[in-house]
Amino acid sequence: MNVLEFTGLVALGSLLAGFLGALTGLGGGVVVVPMLALLFHVDIRYAIGASLVSVIATSSGAAAAYVREGYSNIRIGMFLETATTAGAIAGAAVALRVPTSAIAIVFGLVLLYSAYLSSRHREEHGPHLQSSPLAKKLRLEGTYPTPEGKQAYAVTGVGTGYGLMFLAGVMSGLLGIGSGAVKVLAMDQAMKIPFKVSTTTSNFMIGVTAAASAGLYLARGYIAPGITMAVMLGVLAGSMIGAKILVQAKVKVLRYVFAAVIVALGIEMIFNGATGRI
Amino acid sequence: MSAQTSTPAPGGFDDQRIEIIIGTLLRTGVILAAAVVFAGAVMYLLRYGHGIPDYQSFHGEPERLKSLTAIFHGAIALRPRDVIQFGLLLLIATPIARVLFSAVAFAIERDYAYVVITLIVLGILCYSFFGSI
Repeated sequence: MNVLEFTGLVALGSLLAGFLGALTGLGGGVVVVPMLALLFHVDIRYAIGASLVSVIATSSGAAAAYVREGYSNIRIGMFLETATTAGAIAGAAVALRVPTSAIAIVFGLVLLYSAYLSSRHREEHGPHLQSSPLAKKLRLEGTYPTPEGKQAYAVTGVGTGYGLMFLAGVMSGLLGIGSGAVKVLAMDQAMKIPFKVSTTTSNFMIGVTAAASAGLYLARGYIAPGITMAVMLGVLAGSMIGAKILVQAKVKVLRYVFAAVIVALGIEMIFNGATGRI
Repeated sequence: MSAQTSTPAPGGFDDQRIEIIIGTLLRTGVILAAAVVFAGAVMYLLRYGHGIPDYQSFHGEPERLKSLTAIFHGAIALRPRDVIQFGLLLLIATPIARVLFSAVAFAIERDYAYVVITLIVLGILCYSFFGSI
């Protein structure tokens, strides 16, 4: 396999990852690293660097579409980014020091957990909640559009949400993923922010979080241009196609299939890490 | 609901308007970055397409592909990998530009608590690029 063929195959795989990630809402980054490490035998450090850059591309690329809908909350995003960016620096610092087999095992566990999160039933919280004093002080409350006009929402659980956001940042910096699932969990479950506001604000935050570890990755030579170009362009194109099709597609079956793929990849990552192959 | 999200602040800014400007900014950045990366990729494949890929073991990137100023100089000299790396830097810069713009927007809104919060985020981002751990 020469460079041209390698680049073409990686771009194609990344396109598929970005496409399925956008269609199922699970994000493409989470399968890019196992794909590169297991299928293409790329060193996991190069895989993580390439994935992290592609995460920024999808986050920034989708932002324009999201903001026009008026869901995302810039104050919640910015306040919580102090936690995610600090976490990302910590995560990248750990990544530079621990053996790659340990990273592979953690990655596998995170894959299994994301599959579990995606299969869980989600409850919409009522609009009657009262905001906590801290949320009021930080002016985190907002409104979002509904068919019946603008609906105000309250925010609570700021401390728990902030802690979870730090964790999401650590995972992003350690594994080169967006960790959107944990970000949504923090806002939707811990802080009781409406789901649609949580997902769009999370998308916004993913790019900034990833940028916080990108500088460290770059300085340590994790970002290899020859491989990152194919991953970034592939994932970006795939996620844009996915977002366009999303409106009319029936994604329920696809979600299960994708979740099954993630479980399989997770088990293989853990196995390869435990046996020292990664 | 806070006052700032409902009434336009001085200068005609409100949160919704700010976010639309930010969204457009981000998309422009991504398109520009993708175009530069693509151009670099074509140059790279024309020159090295028949070589053998070597990513199985980690040896880090050469010094000139790791520092901001070296990448900038290499890109001007149209070295393929430096051009790609420069495009990737443009991409990484888009969310940072977003944070910078938010700081300005909060200042125009006279929301100084959030100016400080935004500058903290910006400080952490700068640390990633200019600090060392």
